[in-house]
Amino acid sequence: MSAVSAAYVDTEHAEHHELGFLRTYVFSTDHKMIARQFLFLGLFMMILGGLLALVIRWQLAWPETAVPGLGWILTETEGILEPSTYNMAFTMHATIMIFFVVMPILAGAFGNFLIPLMIGARDMAFPFLNMLSFWVAALAGVLMLAGFFVPGGHAAAGWTSYAPLSSVTEYTGVNWGQNLWCISLFVLGISSMMGAINYITTVVNMRAPGMTLFRMPLVVWSLFITAILLLLALPVLTSGVAMLLFDRMLGTSWFRPSGGGEPLLWQHLFWYFGHPEVYILILPAMGIGSEILPVFARKPIFGYHAMAFSMIAIAFLSWIVYGHHMFVSGMNPTLGLSFMITTMIIAVPSAIKTFNWLGTLWGGRIRFTVPMLNALAFVSMFVIGGLSGIFMASTPVDIFIQDTYFIVAHIHYVVFGGSIFGAFAAIYYWFPKMFGRMTNPALGHLHFWPTFVFFNMTFFPMHILGVGGHMRRIYNPTQYEMLQPLQWWNVLITIGAIGLGLAQIPFVINFFWSLFAGRKAPVNPWNATTLEWSAPSPPPHLNWGPRLPTVHRGPYEYSVPGSSEDFLPQWEPSSAVPAGARRH
Amino acid sequence: MLSWWLPENVATYGQDIDWLFHLIYWITGGVFVLVIVTFLTFLVLYRDRPGRRARYTHGSTPLEIAWTVVPTLILVVLTFLSVPAWSRIKMQMPPSDLDVVVTAKQFNWQVAYPGPDGRFGTADDKTMLDEMHVPVGKVIHVRLRSQDVIHSFFVPQFRIKQDAVPGREIVAWFEAVKPGKYEWPCAELCGFGHSGMRGWVYVHTAEDYAKWAAENATGAQETPKR
Repeated sequence: MSAVSAAYVDTEHAEHHELGFLRTYVFSTDHKMIARQFLFLGLFMMILGGLLALVIRWQLAWPETAVPGLGWILTETEGILEPSTYNMAFTMHATIMIFFVVMPILAGAFGNFLIPLMIGARDMAFPFLNMLSFWVAALAGVLMLAGFFVPGGHAAAGWTSYAPLSSVTEYTGVNWGQNLWCISLFVLGISSMMGAINYITTVVNMRAPGMTLFRMPLVVWSLFITAILLLLALPVLTSGVAMLLFDRMLGTSWFRPSGGGEPLLWQHLFWYFGHPEVYILILPAMGIGSEILPVFARKPIFGYHAMAFSMIAIAFLSWIVYGHHMFVSGMNPTLGLSFMITTMIIAVPSAIKTFNWLGTLWGGRIRFTVPMLNALAFVSMFVIGGLSGIFMASTPVDIFIQDTYFIVAHIHYVVFGGSIFGAFAAIYYWFPKMFGRMTNPALGHLHFWPTFVFFNMTFFPMHILGVGGHMRRIYNPTQYEMLQPLQWWNVLITIGAIGLGLAQIPFVINFFWSLFAGRKAPVNPWNATTLEWSAPSPPPHLNWGPRLPTVHRGPYEYSVPGSSEDFLPQWEPSSAVPAGARRH
Repeated sequence: MLSWWLPENVATYGQDIDWLFHLIYWITGGVFVLVIVTFLTFLVLYRDRPGRRARYTHGSTPLEIAWTVVPTLILVVLTFLSVPAWSRIKMQMPPSDLDVVVTAKQFNWQVAYPGPDGRFGTADDKTMLDEMHVPVGKVIHVRLRSQDVIHSFFVPQFRIKQDAVPGREIVAWFEAVKPGKYEWPCAELCGFGHSGMRGWVYVHTAEDYAKWAAENATGAQETPKR
C-alpha cells in the first residue's frame, strides 16, 4: 500500500473521546457498535428460530412422539406436541426468522456497518436516531419473546396471520400471544423506519469526495434500495397490525364480516407489505454476492450498471406483484391475470443478475475462501429459488401448488439459500473489519460444507412433497391417506434438518473463538478495493483519521492490465498508479 | 423427476394445469442445467492457478441485451400460454349440472343439497358432513362459504383449490372424469384442528348417483339448473 493511503488510516490523529462503558457498548451512537448489536440480536434469535424449526420437523417426521429435550417445557404432555403448540411453533419460527434474524442481520447489522464505511462517511446522518432504532428493535424482540410466557400461548395463526383466524380470539384460543405479536411488529416497524430514514439520508448526503452514485459498491446500492422499500412497505404492515389489534381489543370490524369488515383486506395490506418484504430480505444478499464475487474472482463485476438498474427494477416491480399470493383467495380473477404478467416480468431482473454473476466468474482467478464459498452457494441456491418461483407465477399451476410444501421449498431456497448464505458470506468476509480478527478457515469449511449439503437434503425434497399435494402447516401428515406413501420424505427431510442444525455448531465455535483469539486482522486482508478496507481493523470511532478518503475510481478495479498489484483501491490516487495501468 | 410425483388427475381442466406444469418444468429444468453446468465449468476452469491473470472486463452490452430480451420473451410467452387455462377455470365457467353448497367451519366441510323442493335455504335441504357425492362427467358448481375463518377447498386429484372466505360466496367448479373416492383436505390454516380437517368426494357413475340421490332425497337427481 502506498504512503498516501497510509495517511488516511493514521489513527494517531483520530479524535479521541473517552466514552464510558455504557456509551461505548450499550447506548452507543457509533454505527459500528450498533451494527454489532444488531448482529448479536440476529444470531441469538437465529438459535431460537432454528430450534423451533427442529421441533416442527420432529413432529412431521415422527408425529405425536415426544420431542427429545422438550419434556421439561411441555410437562403436561411429556414433550409431545399438541396441534395448537405446533401451530405456535411454525408461526413463531417464521416470524422470528424473518423479522428478528434476516432483517436485523442483513439490513440492521450490515446496513449499519457498511454504508458509512463504504461511502466514506464518519457515521450515519443521525447517530442518535440510529441508536434508538436498535433499542426499539430490542424492545420489539423482548415483546415478541414475552408472548411465549402468556396464558394461551404465543400467536398461532401463521406468520401471515390471516384474519379472521388472527383477529378473533375464540378461533385460536390465543389471546395475549397474538396481541403481543401485533404490538411487537408495530414497534419493530417504527425501528425499521428510523433505520431506513438514516440509511437513505446517509447515502444521499454523506458520500466522500469523488464517491458518485455510480462509483458506489453494489452492496451499498442494494442497502439503499432496501431502505427505500423499508420506508415505504413497513408502514403498511404497521398500520395493518394496528388494525388487527383494534379488531382484537377495541371491537372494531376491519376484518370481521359480521361487522361489515372484509377478511381479504388483511391479505391485501399484508402482501402489499409482504412482497416488497421478500426483496428487503434478498436484495442485501444480492449486494453481498456482488461484492464478494469480484474480490475472490479478482475481476471487475460484470455489468455494474445492469446490476444497479436491475435492483432498481426489482424495487419498482415489487409493488405490483403482491397479488400472486392471492390467486386462490377469491380475489377477482381478472386481477389475477395482471398480477401474473408482472410476476413473470419480475423474474427478468433476477435473471440479469444471475447471468452477470456468471459473467463475473468467467475468466477470473477464483479463490475458494470461506466467504467466497458461501457467496457461490448463495448464487446457485438463489437460481433454484428463482426458477421455482415461475411455477407459482403461472396462475393455473398456482391453483395446485398454492399452500403446499412447494411454496415452503421455494421460500426456503430464497430466504435460507439466498439470504442466510448471503449473511454467512458477509459475516466471514467482514468479520476481520468488524472485530479486528480473522475467522478460522478450517472451521469455516467445516461449517460451510455440511450446511450446504444438509440444506439441500432438507429443502429440495419439499418440492417433491408439494407436487405430491402435501399441504403446508399441517400438524400430522399421516392423517391423510394420500400423504402416507410420501411420509418417508418427511423422515429424510427431518434427518437433513437435524444435520443442518448440528452443522451450525462449528460456526458458533468459530465466531466466538475468533472474536477473542482469532489472528489479528490486517487492514486489507482480502486485497479488496472498497473504502472500508482503508480504515483500520476494527475502525476507530469516526472511522478514519483527520482526513477522509477521496474516491478516484469505481469499486471493482481488479487485475487492471499493466499494474503490478491485481487490485486498484478506490482511495488510491491516480498519480500513485503505475503509468502503464492508465494506458491500457 | 419432479413431475412423477403429481397425483393422478381425474378432472377436466386438470390436464391444462398439468400441461403447463410440465412445460414450466422442462423450461426451468433446462435453464437450471445450463446455468449450473456453466457455473461449475467456470469454477473449475477459472480456479486460481499461478501465473494466470484474470480477464479485465467490465461487461458486454450485447450480452446484457441478449440475457434481458430472451428471458423476457420466454416469460411473456409463458404468461400468454397460461391465460386460456386460467380463463377456463375462473372466468368462463361452464353452466352447472349440479349445484352444491359447501359451508366450511372449524373443522368440517358441511355439504348441502337442495332437497326435494330443488331450492337451497329451505327446511328440506339435505346436509351431510365431510362427504360430497357427485356424478361423473357433470359440471359441478361448488358454492363455497365459511362460517368462521378462511378455509380452502382442495382436491389434489381434481387440481382444484379455492379459499372459502367468511362473508362471501365463491363459486368454484369441477368436472370429474373417473368414478372413485377422492381425499378432500382443507388447505388453508384454520386453527388447531386444521390438520385432519378432511372430507371425501365420491364420484359416482350416472346410475349409482341416481340411486344415491333417490335414497338420500337430495332433490338433486336431475337438476340441470341454470
